[in-house]
Amino acid sequence: MRDQRLVNLRRRLIPYFLLGPGILWLILFFVVPMYFMGRLSLDTGIFPEFRFNWQFSNYTDALSAYDTQFFRAFRYSAIATIIGLLIAYPLAYAIAFRGGKWKNAMLLAVIAPFFTTYLIRTLAWETILSDNGFVVNTLQSVGLISEDGRVLATSGAVIAGLTYNFLPFMILPIYASLERLDTSLVEAAKDLYSSSRQAFLRVTLPLSMPGVVAGTLLTFIPATGDYINAQFLGGAQQAMIGNVIQSLYLKQTDYPAAAAISFTLMAAMLLIVFIYIRIAGSEALMGEEVEERT
Amino acid sequence: MEAATATLPKRRESAGSRAWKWFKHNAIVIYGGLAIAYMLVPIVLIVVFSFNDPAGKFNFTWQGFTLDHWAHPFEISELTDALLLSLRLALLATVISTALGTMIALALVRYDFFGRRASNYLIVVPTATPEVVLGASLLSMFLIYGLSLGFTTLLIAHVMFCISFVVIVVRSRLIGFDRSLEEAAQDLGADPFTTFRKITLPLIWPGIIAGAMLAFALSIDDFVVSNFTAGTEVTFPLYIFGAAQRGIPVQVYIIATMLFSVTLLAMIFTVLQQRRADKLASVRPEQEV
Repeated sequence: MRDQRLVNLRRRLIPYFLLGPGILWLILFFVVPMYFMGRLSLDTGIFPEFRFNWQFSNYTDALSAYDTQFFRAFRYSAIATIIGLLIAYPLAYAIAFRGGKWKNAMLLAVIAPFFTTYLIRTLAWETILSDNGFVVNTLQSVGLISEDGRVLATSGAVIAGLTYNFLPFMILPIYASLERLDTSLVEAAKDLYSSSRQAFLRVTLPLSMPGVVAGTLLTFIPATGDYINAQFLGGAQQAMIGNVIQSLYLKQTDYPAAAAISFTLMAAMLLIVFIYIRIAGSEALMGEEVEERT
Repeated sequence: MEAATATLPKRRESAGSRAWKWFKHNAIVIYGGLAIAYMLVPIVLIVVFSFNDPAGKFNFTWQGFTLDHWAHPFEISELTDALLLSLRLALLATVISTALGTMIALALVRYDFFGRRASNYLIVVPTATPEVVLGASLLSMFLIYGLSLGFTTLLIAHVMFCISFVVIVVRSRLIGFDRSLEEAAQDLGADPFTTFRKITLPLIWPGIIAGAMLAFALSIDDFVVSNFTAGTEVTFPLYIFGAAQRGIPVQVYIIATMLFSVTLLAMIFTVLQQRRADKLASVRPEQEV
């Protein structure tokens, strides 16, 4: 009798032993830092003397000073996400349904950019788009940009960089959901006299939505906070909120303002993700949960 | 009459309309091919420019072919040091985050317990947080505690952002897991530890390897969080960021080409290995009959 109780107790404690170290790490180095950042955002003073003071005006001051960069980041990121989706969906579809024996090679090509460092890829684009490079010369001779026109330091260059760098994150989840899709459903739709377009819109597209949701989130979230593309491919006029946070923290050491902006960015991000998941369905992020329970 | 109308379109089909039909059928493949070409453009540039012989310190335009730099790829000691630091950091972060993440995944999939939902949220939220915020919040904490930044703070940060991704990858592998194999082992008298070592671990091993590879890739590629937590340490991406302002030595492209080739070969090797394993696995049941 007592033995059985001990065994039961041990069984009940096992998950906590498994969970403990990792969750503790996340609490200590993710949750607690958030608390400290929140506190720092309400400090007053100048480097290196800060005092906690419930200084809520840090938020209003920082936001009115940097609202341009804040909204620019969301705008660039949203555009890059949409363009990325337009490139990624047909590509994922081609790999999943028309890849044939080339399927693995195509997937390898999709993740190949990951085999080089993010910064070097962006540098490569800087080289490609540089002022006396091939692309700019061609555009100039065709007349799409003026004789002394540039591609670098335009919003187009930054958005193109963002689109490129996060494209695999868009392609892979969409591919995964298309790959899982039961093609007999599409055939059934066609047997029931739906056109190819109808079958796509009514069957394939809805069934691949979890992939689309995951892909757009995996693009939008990192792209909004990014500051590498704006740094390498843009100029002062293309600075995003990530550039502001980086500069306030690491160059100007105005920690309260930097913390206030970071906190606002985090809150805005979580809010957008929450609303988006509510509208588009949560299977993408929590999908496993349903299967686990059964 | 019916037969006549049925054959009519066939007769009228010109070369032009056949080409159009072919194009319509294959448009998506062509589009996909172009998209893949676009994805490979910077990689081609990196490989090509690793053979460039730049006149000044900026490697932005093609000057001429040379193998001189390939003969001395590790000539720049700061670059080599940065690369070694990144490798050391990525290996350690991978080992720790894979162990912690796999344990969390086992707990989440195998057990129902108080706090399970909260733990799930704690796993997802870091992945939905922009990296710049992760870095900024860690820096805030380190500043308040007066901790000096360096290898330890880098390692803490890297393990933190890797754990969630390891959990997600390993969990997806565990979900399709056939529990009856474990029950069979226990029926045959294996204790829980032996069952785990002989049955569970080998079966989820591919998931663990995939999780570890993702963690390694995330760590070695990380710039943003490292930028906030490195102090005076210089990782490979941090070196490149600094060099981008001063002028990038050709060696950066050479090392990038090397890393790319090694990863590509490792990847191809794994895929072939996996294919052979799948083939063996699919043969076995018939042999046993």
